Amino acid sequence: MSAIDPYILSGVIIVAQILAIVVPLLVAVAYLTYAERKVIGAIQLRKGPNVVGPFGLLQPFADGIKLLAKETILPAGANKLIFILAPMLTFVLSLIAWAVIPFDDGMVLANINVGVLYLFAISSLGVYGVIMAGWASNSKYAFLGALRSAAQMVSYEVSLGFVIISVLLCVGSLNLSDIVMAQKTIWFAIPLFPMFVVFFISALAETNRAPFDLPEGESELVAGYFVEYSSMSFALFFLGEYANMILMSAITAVLFLGGWLPPIDIAPLNWIPGPIWFFLKIAFVLFFFLWVRATMPRYRYDQLMRLGWKVFLPLSLFWVVLTAGVLVTFDLVPA
Amino acid sequence: MIQALAFYLFAAVTVASGVMVISSRNPVHSVLFLILAFFNAAALFVLLGAEFLAMILIVVYVGAVAVLFLFVVMMLDINFVELRQGFARYLPIGAAIGLVLLAEIFLAVGAWTVIPVTADNNLTSIPPMNDVTNTHALGALIYTHYVYLFQTAGLILLVAMIGAIVLTLRSRTDVKRQSVDAQNARRPEDVVEVMKVGRGGGV
Repeated sequence: MSAIDPYILSGVIIVAQILAIVVPLLVAVAYLTYAERKVIGAIQLRKGPNVVGPFGLLQPFADGIKLLAKETILPAGANKLIFILAPMLTFVLSLIAWAVIPFDDGMVLANINVGVLYLFAISSLGVYGVIMAGWASNSKYAFLGALRSAAQMVSYEVSLGFVIISVLLCVGSLNLSDIVMAQKTIWFAIPLFPMFVVFFISALAETNRAPFDLPEGESELVAGYFVEYSSMSFALFFLGEYANMILMSAITAVLFLGGWLPPIDIAPLNWIPGPIWFFLKIAFVLFFFLWVRATMPRYRYDQLMRLGWKVFLPLSLFWVVLTAGVLVTFDLVPA
Repeated sequence: MIQALAFYLFAAVTVASGVMVISSRNPVHSVLFLILAFFNAAALFVLLGAEFLAMILIVVYVGAVAVLFLFVVMMLDINFVELRQGFARYLPIGAAIGLVLLAEIFLAVGAWTVIPVTADNNLTSIPPMNDVTNTHALGALIYTHYVYLFQTAGLILLVAMIGAIVLTLRSRTDVKRQSVDAQNARRPEDVVEVMKVGRGGGV
């Protein structure tokens, strides 16, 4: 058995690390729903949740217990297996991407060479949960929502890819820790500002958030792809969507806002540990997600497609060429 | 040992899901099994140390191609029982194509080389992990020895893309299209007139 012993030990360590990421993440998801209701409430001059617990702080748990206690309904015409698989897939995909996110120098579960590609691959899979849910529900509203979502996510992925390429050109590595360390002198949000904006808006579209929440447009599609879901299967979609928001904010922080690095490397700022800076940056980007939701009206579908294909795609393609040109001209290409 | 076990697990699931792709009754299930096969193929790439190829396989095939497959298959009303009628008739052709592919694999891993410089690469396809990353190794090869082939492949794809656009593009005159530029260029003073309406006067 001595050949297996090291595997058991490393297995236990990895499980402990996974729990150390997932448990705080789920608490963060719970409190993101609370923050969303409080922020939107403040913007709309309301109080938001303030009844359950002090300042309404226990509201997310009350919601969770309510969803758990409800009955799971399987529609008679549904494709049972795929119907149950879809929310699980959405939830799992929103969690496994965190494996490569660096929280501090060397503080990462899997420090792989192709970290950015891994994140890109996982985020491009998110569409499957939506399509499978829409198709398996055997309902026209759910199906229309799923079709919209598939077209939307595929469209915005292309410009997302080009934005990532222009960042990679400045780094010369696909490793996320290397990307953060390359921003020691200046955050990429400053030289690549237009790409930062494109990335943020594409992230909104990729996570199906307002103003691009057409897949779940409640005014015309009731609730879109998860209209047939109830109880815990609905909760998994909900958790997955909010975990994806946090994930996209974390990717934005890593690619453009210098990950765990302090804004300036001087005495009082660099005393604060890296994970706290990272957390603050994620919270900053998340606030923009909520702010946009409370401010913007929903896009019309053809406008959404036009923005993706006719505005973002040419713009990001141009920036890739421009970035490469500038790097070569001024001899700044990273080794 | 764990690596060997992982290899057999992924390989078995790849083959099994490949069989399910052609044998499942529901076309949507077929596509989902195809995706499972892609995933396990990507896992096999990771075991080989080809992590870049593994990620590209998932991004391109699972993230884009299979989504469109699923899109089309869900929209179509395919009767698979009818499709299966001609199975015996097409079996020889399918078997022939399979044999050609097998022969090509033997050629590729055999002694035949396209470019002499890469002749040594057949045996040492995996450079030591500490020396150079996958991505650097691939880039160094594609943009030097294979640059013309790479550009040709790009041009072929461009032709295919233009062809697809030409086939589907039609300028319709019976729909009113939104002109965003014209809309943004509109100013209130051009289109809105503020009038003082006297009592009982009307406009």
